[in-house]
Amino acid sequence: MRSAAPTLVALVAALAVGIVLLVLVGAPPFEALWLLVEGSFGSASKISATLLAWSPLLLASAGLVVTFAAGLWNIGVEGQIVIGAVAATWVARSLPGPGWVVILAAIVAGAVGGLLWALLAGVLKTHGGVHEIFGGLGLDFVAAGLVIYLVLGPWQRTGVASTSGTDIFREDAWMPTLEMLGTGWPVIPVLLGLASVVVVWLLLRGTRFGLRLKAVGRNPKSAALIGIPTNRYLLGAFAIGGALAGLAGTVQVTAFQHKLVPSVSGGYGFLGILVVLLAAFGAVWIAPIALFFVAISVGSTQLDLRLGLDSAFGGVLQGFIVLFVMVGGAWSARRASVERAARGEP
Amino acid sequence: MENTLNSIIAAAAPLVIMTMGESITEKSGVVNLSLEGSLRLSAMTGFAVAFWAGHAFAGFVAAAVVGAAIAAIIAATSIRLRLNQIAVGFVLTLLAADLASFLGDSLVGERGPRVPPLPIPVLSDIPFVGKVLFDHDLVVYASFLAIAVTWWHFYRTRSGLNLQGVGERPEGAFARGIKVNTLRFWYTVLGGAMVGIAGAAYSLDIKLGWRETLTLNLGWIALAIVIFGGWHPLRVAFGAYLFGALQVMAFQLQDVFPGLAQVLPIAPFPLMILALVFVYSSWFRRIGDRLPRVRNLFGSEAPAALGTVFERE
Repeated sequence: MRSAAPTLVALVAALAVGIVLLVLVGAPPFEALWLLVEGSFGSASKISATLLAWSPLLLASAGLVVTFAAGLWNIGVEGQIVIGAVAATWVARSLPGPGWVVILAAIVAGAVGGLLWALLAGVLKTHGGVHEIFGGLGLDFVAAGLVIYLVLGPWQRTGVASTSGTDIFREDAWMPTLEMLGTGWPVIPVLLGLASVVVVWLLLRGTRFGLRLKAVGRNPKSAALIGIPTNRYLLGAFAIGGALAGLAGTVQVTAFQHKLVPSVSGGYGFLGILVVLLAAFGAVWIAPIALFFVAISVGSTQLDLRLGLDSAFGGVLQGFIVLFVMVGGAWSARRASVERAARGEP
Repeated sequence: MENTLNSIIAAAAPLVIMTMGESITEKSGVVNLSLEGSLRLSAMTGFAVAFWAGHAFAGFVAAAVVGAAIAAIIAATSIRLRLNQIAVGFVLTLLAADLASFLGDSLVGERGPRVPPLPIPVLSDIPFVGKVLFDHDLVVYASFLAIAVTWWHFYRTRSGLNLQGVGERPEGAFARGIKVNTLRFWYTVLGGAMVGIAGAAYSLDIKLGWRETLTLNLGWIALAIVIFGGWHPLRVAFGAYLFGALQVMAFQLQDVFPGLAQVLPIAPFPLMILALVFVYSSWFRRIGDRLPRVRNLFGSEAPAALGTVFERE
């Protein structure tokens, strides 16, 4: 994160814009903002729902930190989440045996699925001359099409095929929760998410791979000149980012929806990009920012239920926060450098 | 046949205007990645203003202002603050799309004014050609004009030459006395305004009315078409019409092959990727070395300074 003052100003400004917009559509602004808090942290079951949504966002964001470190715009992250979910669904639907075996296999399958889908975008970039933004977007579309095909075709639910998803998985293939305070707590997903952030942080800070990856991200040409096999590092970053995104998809189907639905990604891939942009590409601030953002998302569903407002308000608030923090940070950095120049310092 | 061609040209009109706008922007060296969001917010705003004013034209003006404003944010933060254009564009994509959903919620299902049909007298009576080209409304004629003017400007005018210089070699353009960043700013704003006009065309001409999914994915597709067309106005227009044809086919086939109708709108993206891989392949490059004409027809090079910040030191 950059220095605190411009960030704070940006947060207040985003909140002010949010209030103006709420007034504009004729909603009680402070009640609406309170609903965001109440809807995400107001009771044990709401906190548990927020933590459950936090996990895939953490996983996706941690993966994006790696691809950003390599200088890649992994817009294909949404598709990687989806393919991870498809692979996990395939295991949960077809693998016999005890529940814990199925869940472990689903976790592995989800990670592998996301990894392979990301490598596809990677190979298109390194060997096909297709920029990762467009390769990734294309693969996002293909993945979305694949899920619709599966849900309406081979995996249609018993009775009438519908876009509401596949049949619910057998119950012992659900990721187990810890029963406490009258609700189930998503301990495994949260641990997976937090572990991914720690691992990525260590990877980028303390390993040869991480340091060389960052060198590739900063300047691929000079990295290649000092003998780093650039393409292999780019593909490595895609693989790690994709595997973590695939895990996010696994969490979505085995811990949250317990079936495959067309909107399986929950938008956590693109939201993860916002989180990482706000964290200025570093891993340190990912966890709190992701929690903050996911609370806004979960809370904003209450706006729809209680005030009849469109739940897109959560996205509006998140968007303004990121935009203002980015602009505020760049503006104060710019001003500081102008002042230094005026004093004759380098 | 002539009716099908007529509907393809009408269906592709907003896409043509939008892709010409983005071609102009990118030719100057700036990427406006926000099309998916810009399009949605301008479609909503255009509809809202036309609905309240009772006149479609007011909606088009408002939509152009919205598109231009979003583009101005991308250009200004890139030029003045050195922020990454892709990053700002991506944030604005999501922000504008959510703003459209949030602010337009109460307008869903309302009926607004529409662009009146305007067959051109005499010309529209020509057999076949008249029906295909001259039996449309102002939006479609504007799309023809956009192609012609963009092409003419790029390749036949002095200022078009300067535009290409700014996108290819900004240092050289600067040395020749061209105000690189001023030009980039205004071309980006112009391109954004055209995206806005395209948005209003969807809600006031092509589909009538506002709903969240009105322009779903069309902004991303427009970005893909610009690359597919190699930043050349005529090839970009060809790409837009190709997609228009897919849309019309999907619509006509949806009763016969419902599955195919679902797949066709997604098809352009994989097709574009295959086209890019093909052009990049060593096989194509060997042919290109032997037959430069073929290379010029299919090959595409992005403006060399696309997405970079120009700073004179």
